[in-house]
Amino acid sequence: MEDHLPVLLVVVPLFSALIAPLVGRGDKPWYVAMAATWSVFLLSAVLCARIYGIIGASGDPSAFISYAMGNWALPWGIEYRVDAFNALLLLIIAAVSAVVTVYARLSIAHEIPADRVNFFYGLWLLFFAGLLGVTVSGDVFNVYVLLEVSSLAGYSLVAMGKYLDRRALWASINYLFLGSIGASFFLLGIGYLYSATGTLNMADLSERLRSLHDSRTVVTAFVFLLVGLGIKMALFPFHIWLPGAHGYAPPIVSALLSGVAIKVGAYVMVRLLFSVLGIEFGFETLPTRPILLAFSSLAILGGSYLAIRQSSLKRLLAYSSVAQIGYITLGFTLANEDGLTGSFIHIFNHALMKSGLFLIAGIVVYRLGTSELAALRGLGRRMPFTMAGFTAGGLGLIGTPLTAGFVSKWYLVAAAIERGQSFLAAVILLGSLLAVVYVWRVVELIYFEPRPESSTQVREGPWSLVVPAWVLIGASLYFGVDASLSSSMARQAARALLGPG
Amino acid sequence: MRVWELYNYWIFILLMMIGFYTIIAKPNLVKKVIGLSLFQTAIFMFFISLGKVEDGTVPVAVSFATAYSNPLPHALILTAIVVSVSTLAVALAIIVNIKDAYGTIEEEEIHKAQED
Repeated sequence: MEDHLPVLLVVVPLFSALIAPLVGRGDKPWYVAMAATWSVFLLSAVLCARIYGIIGASGDPSAFISYAMGNWALPWGIEYRVDAFNALLLLIIAAVSAVVTVYARLSIAHEIPADRVNFFYGLWLLFFAGLLGVTVSGDVFNVYVLLEVSSLAGYSLVAMGKYLDRRALWASINYLFLGSIGASFFLLGIGYLYSATGTLNMADLSERLRSLHDSRTVVTAFVFLLVGLGIKMALFPFHIWLPGAHGYAPPIVSALLSGVAIKVGAYVMVRLLFSVLGIEFGFETLPTRPILLAFSSLAILGGSYLAIRQSSLKRLLAYSSVAQIGYITLGFTLANEDGLTGSFIHIFNHALMKSGLFLIAGIVVYRLGTSELAALRGLGRRMPFTMAGFTAGGLGLIGTPLTAGFVSKWYLVAAAIERGQSFLAAVILLGSLLAVVYVWRVVELIYFEPRPESSTQVREGPWSLVVPAWVLIGASLYFGVDASLSSSMARQAARALLGPG
Repeated sequence: MRVWELYNYWIFILLMMIGFYTIIAKPNLVKKVIGLSLFQTAIFMFFISLGKVEDGTVPVAVSFATAYSNPLPHALILTAIVVSVSTLAVALAIIVNIKDAYGTIEEEEIHKAQED
């Protein structure tokens, strides 16, 4: 049983996804989803403890657990490989999804017709299975297939937002077209890699690619893979699908999309750059670094600026995610230990903060039926816990001291200065200032403006929604005060990728 | 002529670009989906042509064969076709919903309806 942990992470939600639509109406599909997400959370925690135990015992930062699917000999069979880096990401995905699933019951019953709820949970688990599969797989083609499993479920989940606002359908079809183009580029890149090396296993690929650094086929493959993933992770300028999709999807779907799905795209990019192609090829052969740094800087500044101009809370948070992806790519593009550590901590912290904030937006939608900023006037008194949650999460996005955002930005600034790129440090600080503006706009509305006389009475959100949202926000505050756990795990992950050199 | 020896790549690039153009330029959503399908199929043809071995036959052990084509790209593409069919199914399902909600599947008319 213990040896099968890596594959169970994918198999459990995959089969639950088939069961959930069949168990009938009411709360039953939700119980299936709860059982699946929480058991996966436990499994991933066990797996995480094991891999960090192995690393601690052997002293080798790049130690890994390998699992041969169906016991086919590697590298011909599909390999599932867990090291310090993806163990951390698996834990985040599982933890955030488990908490969001608790929140889902009331929120989904409110937003989706009763005869569609079972299908919603089926898609939800499929989406979850795909995200975990992409993260755990060590085979590039398997990554493509699971990326599409999660994306296809994601398009349908975004379209489920149609019960609140028909614009969700338009957002969903746009997401589908761009996502499919991105996935096709990724597939094409895999084809070029395969034609140059004859293998699909990541570890085997990295061995064989060492002698092929001058090959134009490999360079072409690299460009296709990078553009494809850029679209999937919504890296500026490929972000245009994101605000619509994250803005009109049901709030819990946005929480998972913004919190973890785009990070999984970033994960695959890091994996390819560092583990498969190698830092030398990834950053020296082609001008990848200046290009990615320029894109990240534009993402940070452009995303934050556009967030200021939004008139709806969910779209504001969506544009803020565009900016946060910029911080993540900026960190790993610097390719030093601080940069990678900062990037991974930011993946971790932002998953908590942004999922929490989307859940807060979900409470607003639950009570008011809209997330338009104008409707939020004076809500601070009516919904004190919800709005305090927004404020705490918003401070995290800004990166004020004692919040998790501060820790990640600290590492990123340190990494930029170590590389002698003080310009980038300035970009990070300017991005934080812009974040002050977009968070303050909302805070001012909810606390310092009177509730319009004509507006209907609003009460605090139900506890089963407020508590999960606060669990995520609270966790982000905790990791802001005591960052020793998150930063030591992120540092291990960075060392696993940089290797002994 | 080396350029013509690689005609399989030219064909796949041409098909792919026709598909890509259709996705971007056509205002009708169903036509965009057709373009997407063409785009993905072109990549499948690239994979299949990678598996071709000169004078190779189908990878089934027979006495007269001297070389076999590589079956792995075929197996990969079988999977990718399933992904592509699912994408088409999801896309068409969303388009049916768009038709219900907006009464049209033309991009510009939907934009106009969004602004109202």
